[in-house]
Amino acid sequence: MKHTEIAIVGGGPAGLCAGIVAARLGARVTVIDDNPRLGGQLIKQTHKFFGSKSHYCGTRGIDIATILEQELRKTDAEIILNTTVVGYFQPNILGLASRQEFSKLTYERLIIATGAYENNILFENNDLPGVYGAGAVQTLMNVYGIRPGNRILMVGSGNIGLIVSYQLLQAGIEVAAIVEALPVIGGYHVHAAKIRRLGVPILTSHTIKAALGREYVTGAIICRVNRNLQPIKGTEKRLKVDTICLAVGLSPLVELLSQINCHLVYIPELGGLVAWHNDNLETSVPGVYVAGDVSGIEEASTAILEGRIAGAHAFLSLKGKNPEAEKIIKEAKKELSAIRQGPFGEKAIRGKKSLWSLKPEPVRI
Amino acid sequence: MQGYLGETIAAALVANGVKVFRYTEKHKRARGFFCAVGKCSSCLMVVDGIPNTMVCMEPLRAGVRVERQRGRGKLKTGDL
Repeated sequence: MKHTEIAIVGGGPAGLCAGIVAARLGARVTVIDDNPRLGGQLIKQTHKFFGSKSHYCGTRGIDIATILEQELRKTDAEIILNTTVVGYFQPNILGLASRQEFSKLTYERLIIATGAYENNILFENNDLPGVYGAGAVQTLMNVYGIRPGNRILMVGSGNIGLIVSYQLLQAGIEVAAIVEALPVIGGYHVHAAKIRRLGVPILTSHTIKAALGREYVTGAIICRVNRNLQPIKGTEKRLKVDTICLAVGLSPLVELLSQINCHLVYIPELGGLVAWHNDNLETSVPGVYVAGDVSGIEEASTAILEGRIAGAHAFLSLKGKNPEAEKIIKEAKKELSAIRQGPFGEKAIRGKKSLWSLKPEPVRI
Repeated sequence: MQGYLGETIAAALVANGVKVFRYTEKHKRARGFFCAVGKCSSCLMVVDGIPNTMVCMEPLRAGVRVERQRGRGKLKTGDL
């Protein structure tokens, strides 16, 4: 059986930064990812990031992925690609499955940076082919250069919905409308304004009622909703579209954490079920950390900082006192709270506060 | 059908206009591409005879045989 000091599950921004920090400090690190390349969802983000210089503002997501990958490859960290962590075994053993084989890896500290998956919402025929998650549309367009359809309905006006709509327009695809159940547009106005100038209606207080089609999407029915987000009868409208794109949020991928028996709590502001963790990102199971979207849905910039904290703290708990690690943690925490002062940080702060107000249940092993 | 090396099977299928990847066991509902990151299991197909292959994660290779999956698919005896 192979052994490592710090195992990191997931090679997105959080996992990469945790790995870079821990390996530079001198730990034996292994990063495992199920994709053929590192970077997680950054590789489909061709737009430039907002934020401050230390988390790569003005740089495209795909370029941030390349920078972080190069930094990790400069260290001695072991990188295992095309491999899924399919299970946890007691004590401190991960099951790894690739296309060729199943193997086991033992560890002393574990950082879970599995990210999140796309939410679906309830409407008639929501399982029809042609209903895509926004991440899938970005993958098709931005990674492979494939048009996902010819005429699209976008559901959700958060930043992902707005940015993907704009990219669809750039790819020459018609966006029939963006529907948003809330009475206000969710994302930055600078993105919304660009889309509106191109003549795409952003319909607030509207939702999708049904997808039309037998084998695949041929249309959609949208309608108005009242203040309680309930559909208003008689306001239905039929749209001819061949694709429906859902940009209605993400949920943390907590399966492994649940199997390890980490105490899970439901915090709506963080995207649903998350593993309880302290401000060093350590969960209720000592030595098991979270970082990035799996600890609560936020952004790549916060994932980068959480990764640094988790990586440095895992190192500290393994090797004892280290001024360099302590400095990394202190600085990342400071930057994290500065970032969360921004317009979209308020929700995360509320979520983390209600998380920290809870006491983790003692672990049963 | 044609695609590019470096693409996944799912991406190549979408580029070729294929929308239905499988039919569900009980209600025979059509399923297609959804999450693209190997999480939702919507894209399970029979690839070179092996059922339940997530084609959104499976790299395209020349001559690969990809079939629509019905229900849970069947493992050939002797596969395990």
